[in-house]
Amino acid sequence: MSTLTYATQALAQAPFADNPSTDFTDTPWWLHLVKALFVFVFLLVNTLIVIWFERRVIGRMQQRPGPNRTGPFGLLQTLADGVKLALKEDLTPKNADKVVFALAPAIAGAMAFVSFAIIPLGPTVSMFGHRTPLQLTDIPVAVLLVLAVAGVGVYGIVLAGWSSGSTYPLLGGLRSTAQVISYEIAMGLSLVAVFLYSGSMSTSQIVGAQKDLWYILPLVPSFLVYVVTMVGETNRLPFDLAEGEGELTGGFHTEYSSLKFAMFFLGEYVNMFTVSALATTMFLGGWMAPPGIAAINDGMFNHGWWGLLWFVIKLWLFMFFFVWLRGSLPRVRYDQFMRFGWKFLIPVTLAWVVVAAFMKASQLGYIAGPSLTFNGREFPVVSIAFVVVLAGAVLVIAWLRDNKKIEQDAIRNTPPPEEIDPFAGGYPVPPLPGQRLKEPSLAISAGDTATDKEATRG
Amino acid sequence: MTALDVAFAAVGLVTAASGLLAVTTRHVVHAALWLVVCLGAVAGCYLVLGAEFVALVQLLVYVGAIVVLVLFALMLTRAPIGANPDISTGRLHRVLAGVLGAGVTALLAAALLPLAGPAVERRDTSTTQLAEQLFGTWVWPFEVLSVLLLVALVAAMAVSRMTRPSVAAEPAVTGEDGVA
Repeated sequence: MSTLTYATQALAQAPFADNPSTDFTDTPWWLHLVKALFVFVFLLVNTLIVIWFERRVIGRMQQRPGPNRTGPFGLLQTLADGVKLALKEDLTPKNADKVVFALAPAIAGAMAFVSFAIIPLGPTVSMFGHRTPLQLTDIPVAVLLVLAVAGVGVYGIVLAGWSSGSTYPLLGGLRSTAQVISYEIAMGLSLVAVFLYSGSMSTSQIVGAQKDLWYILPLVPSFLVYVVTMVGETNRLPFDLAEGEGELTGGFHTEYSSLKFAMFFLGEYVNMFTVSALATTMFLGGWMAPPGIAAINDGMFNHGWWGLLWFVIKLWLFMFFFVWLRGSLPRVRYDQFMRFGWKFLIPVTLAWVVVAAFMKASQLGYIAGPSLTFNGREFPVVSIAFVVVLAGAVLVIAWLRDNKKIEQDAIRNTPPPEEIDPFAGGYPVPPLPGQRLKEPSLAISAGDTATDKEATRG
Repeated sequence: MTALDVAFAAVGLVTAASGLLAVTTRHVVHAALWLVVCLGAVAGCYLVLGAEFVALVQLLVYVGAIVVLVLFALMLTRAPIGANPDISTGRLHRVLAGVLGAGVTALLAAALLPLAGPAVERRDTSTTQLAEQLFGTWVWPFEVLSVLLLVALVAAMAVSRMTRPSVAAEPAVTGEDGVA
């Protein structure tokens, strides 16, 4: 514990502007433990509720009732399922690497909880006679911690897939790992713009910097990219290729049963809460009251335990969004998913980070230059050039897209040839309506086809 | 001896032990996993020394990306469960490696031990200071390093993907001959 108190003392003395604005000096060691327990219980209870919520909402979307037998509105269904899961036999495959097989769910479960330590759930509150921030800890590079922990969490998946000693889990694990690490890049990049705007990587500072304007407005491209990557990162529909029931019989956790499987299940849902909480903190002002309510009675709703309410509401909006996505979108194909991540999300985010850097620099007055006076008002040349370049780029892109569309339409609208040779392509093709069948040209010279095949193979 | 000293000694020992296990184990995947423990413990060393940024970047880059890619490559090719006697080395190799390791240790000790003075005060560094150093004082080495990585990347692509047209055509021709 002494390390922790040392760190908190150092933080309190730190004069740096970008260091956390939270003050842990009035927090005794047992209060840290109480808060840690609080966060743990908060996540567990929320997971229990969200599983029920997901099944009910999806049921409603698919015009069926969903679980409604156990307890009022079926609320105890998840608890009953959990007990059932715990009482099942714990199987370990004969081929498995026993130690790693047991280690993988532990990593997946534990790493999901760690990130929540730096999420500010509320402002400073009174707790057992002490003034303490409603946040477990904060460091100057808190958001990096979330990314680093997500990076370690990947081991849970990859090791589960490998240690099962069977093919489908291995394939599922590989897929899932590739998915998580490629979307982590775009996720980290989308957060860079927030760091630029808030001038800090500490979560308390980022929330504090959004007092006047939530970052979702000035940084909307970052927010959109983050939302896509957060779905990819948590292996949720439409990006749940790791499970792929149709192809992979459940993916990396095929061989897991009983409480080990429950750990993966729990980890997935806690991960959803973590990424949602991060989105809330980075883009939706964290525990800050929504604009309008925040102005009531001199900011009364921005103090004390009220913050927790706003935070939970924003968190659950994201959870509803996750469920909504699952209820409405089909799973994407793996190559589409990877192409989207690498060829669209990452370049677009990179370009956006550069634009955001210029925007921030011009706000801070780094980009000065000559200005034109027109009609009694001053316009900086740089702004005019930026607008011209942007407008030009939009025009060129629109023109190129139009051209492409015209070409595609031309191809689509060409009438099919009147005669068709059903075997011309090497395999039978049915005729389109109105087409006449030509006598099949089965007498393709055998030598030709052989050469073709050999050429492509070589 | 403060709690920090004890923590530093502990993570240092973990680093050394896991490093040793990484090179001695016969399980390919276990070697990679011990490497993870080793690199994670190095991040722990940085953390104890008060460099949170470096610690987290170490975790993010080495544990979260590089070793995952190593594991990934292993599993795409061959990653058997259980000990693999093929990855052993001869007695001479082991002795040579031991001598080399001892030599490097001696060299480092000879260079570093005279520098060790009284305990260094642990100071907190702001991210701003770090950024000023990285993108001010050390910007050219930093950029040159990134260009070096880029060159390595392009070279790897070239080695794996690019085939000269003549080379690409020749096997096809011989293949055709073989069929004919």
